[in-house]
Amino acid sequence: MLDILYFAWVREMIGKDGERLPRPDPQSSVAALVATLAERGNGYAAALGDPARLRAALDQQFVPLETTIGDARELALFPPVTGG
Amino acid sequence: MSAVSVQTDDIDVAAELAALEALGGGGVASFTGIVRGDEDVVALELEHHPGMTVPQIEGIVAQAMARWPLLGARVIHRVGKLDTGARIVFVGTAARHRTAALEACAFLIDWLKVAAPFWKKTHHADGRHSWVEARAADSAKAEQWRA
Repeated sequence: MLDILYFAWVREMIGKDGERLPRPDPQSSVAALVATLAERGNGYAAALGDPARLRAALDQQFVPLETTIGDARELALFPPVTGG
Repeated sequence: MSAVSVQTDDIDVAAELAALEALGGGGVASFTGIVRGDEDVVALELEHHPGMTVPQIEGIVAQAMARWPLLGARVIHRVGKLDTGARIVFVGTAARHRTAALEACAFLIDWLKVAAPFWKKTHHADGRHSWVEARAADSAKAEQWRA
């Protein structure tokens, strides 16, 4: 299984802070999974339809969206960070 | 000595500075971030990735400790809803001489803004709220430290 976490407006548009998905093909990229999720429509399409606005972390490390998911247990999807 | 905290509680700046001053160096530098009342903003709400925030900030602090001869570094970032005028972040550094303390303090806050998983939402007087957009200028400022 892969735990997906959503933060900030990604979380608000999808309407939940995370979900558990069957493990995707380890060779597939974060971007490919994001595209699949966006096809669910509604909030998913609004939140994930424009990958240029998204950032990701695999197992709590920031990664580019082209990164393959491999054997990661957690994927977080969120907008660019705005702390400080 | 270095320590990182992420908390809802307020930051006791005087106590943090006193702890850094007690490390025996010749200088302490600090930055305190305050919630600005831009336009009609009445509060900020800070969300974060709880599993990731502290390790990520510790990584930034480790880079600062490796780059400058610091006696101590302290980072405190608040989360949750913060009213205008509230403290939001504190960075403090102690060193034998001022340059290390001042430069490391600036490095830490510049990188904290672009490499730690926090997101700010503004609450406005009319009840509206919006997510703060990341600024390219902040990324450029952090990148300058690579030079």
